[in-house]
Amino acid sequence: MTQPQTIIDKLWSAHEILRREDGESLLWVDRHYVHEGSFHAFGKLAERGARVAEPALTFGVADHYVPTRGSRRSIANPEIARMVRQLEENCAKHGFKLFDLDDPGQGIVHVVGPEQGLTLPGLLIVCGDSHTSTHGALGAYAFGIGASEVAHVLMTQTIWQKKPKRMRVRVDGVTAPGIAAKDIMLAIIARIGADGATGCAAEFTGSAIRGLSIEGRLTLCNMSIEAGARCGVVAPDALSFAYLRGRPYAPKGAEFEQAVDAWSRLTTDEGAPFDHEVEFDAANIAPIVTWGTSPQDALPIDASVPDPTRESDPERAQYVRDALDYMGLVPGKKLTDISIDRVFIGSCTNARIEDLRAAASVIAGRDSKVPGLVSPGSTLVKRQAEDEGLDRIFRDAGLEWGESGCSMCVGINGDLIAPGERCASTTNRNFRGRQGPGARTHLMSPAMVAAAAVTGHLADVRKLLGSRKP
Amino acid sequence: MEKFTTFTAAACPINQKNLNTDQILPARYLKWTRSMGFGKVLFHDLRFDVEGREKPDFPLNNPAWRNCKIVVAARNFGCGSSREAAVYALCDYGVRCIIAPSFGDIFAGNAVQNGLLTAVVTDNEAAEIMASLTQMLDLPVSINLEQQMIVCGNRLYNFTIDPVRRMRLLNGWDDLALTENYRERITAFKAIDKSQRPWAVPRKQL
Repeated sequence: MTQPQTIIDKLWSAHEILRREDGESLLWVDRHYVHEGSFHAFGKLAERGARVAEPALTFGVADHYVPTRGSRRSIANPEIARMVRQLEENCAKHGFKLFDLDDPGQGIVHVVGPEQGLTLPGLLIVCGDSHTSTHGALGAYAFGIGASEVAHVLMTQTIWQKKPKRMRVRVDGVTAPGIAAKDIMLAIIARIGADGATGCAAEFTGSAIRGLSIEGRLTLCNMSIEAGARCGVVAPDALSFAYLRGRPYAPKGAEFEQAVDAWSRLTTDEGAPFDHEVEFDAANIAPIVTWGTSPQDALPIDASVPDPTRESDPERAQYVRDALDYMGLVPGKKLTDISIDRVFIGSCTNARIEDLRAAASVIAGRDSKVPGLVSPGSTLVKRQAEDEGLDRIFRDAGLEWGESGCSMCVGINGDLIAPGERCASTTNRNFRGRQGPGARTHLMSPAMVAAAAVTGHLADVRKLLGSRKP
Repeated sequence: MEKFTTFTAAACPINQKNLNTDQILPARYLKWTRSMGFGKVLFHDLRFDVEGREKPDFPLNNPAWRNCKIVVAARNFGCGSSREAAVYALCDYGVRCIIAPSFGDIFAGNAVQNGLLTAVVTDNEAAEIMASLTQMLDLPVSINLEQQMIVCGNRLYNFTIDPVRRMRLLNGWDDLALTENYRERITAFKAIDKSQRPWAVPRKQL
């Protein structure tokens, strides 16, 4: 009899070409997503006069630097225009598919992959971006890599890795109305810390995870990197298969049924050993916001800003003081008393159709007290949202309805938060300067950002739901 | 890649937990090419104020540590974004080794690709080394990768590093050259895999 295996073991062994004596494995890569920021890697190829080994498994998306406000016909910034052009040239030279700005499938790479059916259960997926962990939501083994590794994958379609430890994050129970996947993930990171899953591949399991939509699972796995995890994975189930059926690049007909057979076996066997396990009760999770400069600095919305004088550990006290100094917050202030200057709804974390619906349902019929940008996760999401009239809801409230890209999550396309400004954001990192030098970011769910928009301060979305559906 | 050799140099303590790659290299410099030299923007927003003046409190601006080749840091150094340019910035500045209790996984992977040593010590040891350096700023620190040893003044510390990464640094091995040796195994895997997982190939409905 074979030993019981975790989904992590199964995914790993399916891609292991060989394992050297020293413990390092050479893994086969099923999908390699590249973006306009991958130019360092293509430079390395050019230096060696090398070709892309598997253009049919390589997909390019222009997302990191592309404009997300105003016209996209021509890119004003010459440096950015050059980078997008370079990606187009590399794609033409090596013969792989590019979702460029004119492509109806364009979007943020981590939204596009699942949406196009490129991301499938059982695949090993890499991309030169840490949020590649997103794709684990469909049962793929997906992780971010650096430029040297991108070059290696381009040239060989393989990557050297040491098998990570296996971690199980179990969330059981039912969440209260108004609680989103983002709240679950921020609660997990707040408890285990920004390095709580370092060196681990994490499986998310339990009834609360099963109960999440695919969009919710994508949010969850997206932020597994914020706990330091190499990757996050949710075992594929009927919901995953239904999501993938009919997607442009997914298998078709009998082959799809064959695939479902194989995918159905991608679960953790009864009794399979994990190296670490943590458990959460979904019923105890409240809407969560961050107050500091790391995603682990997160508290339920009804809490107050931490007081460094109440910290027993002097190092922790100093950390809190520094974070509050950067964030411009006073200890003890109620989180709901923190007024904001701006909102951002977007990013690979929370810009899928369900996210936009959740935000719109709170904003509908209300005015935003602050300016803000809504950047749909892909051009297809944008079109769907417009068909549903969501763009009107955001516009009527006074928010800007933009285009798809990484936008204000990382600010490298020029969409920045001004120094000292405070932004309620659906993104993934509240690092110092992440949304622009001196910018102050509070992370939260789309519905919570909407609640902040219509009140002008951090707010408990549960109090705004009333008779409305969450 | 050059082989990693034993060296002695100034070491700069930066005592901040979770020092992420956005701090090591702010995203707005990611458009740069390597030839522009990322060293001058290493830790940019921690190192300089909005007018571009040095912040005197930031350790790297201390004359004793300005020419450091070693950085001693706190837990989870290099977490966050996968940007390899964070490693380029450290290397271009002249840093050859980071000593810390833990590292972001992607950062540590990028480091070894560029000959930068990530030496893991305990929280207490990192704190102790930082304290020694704060007391005696120009205390030289020696790094011996062969013996996985740090000498700091009259104190000796052992560090850990993944044995694969250690060998790679010591020998200056290049990933690609290594992979070339397994070309046939890759081809064989691909052939078998194609028959076992026919669904794994992208199918576009035309």
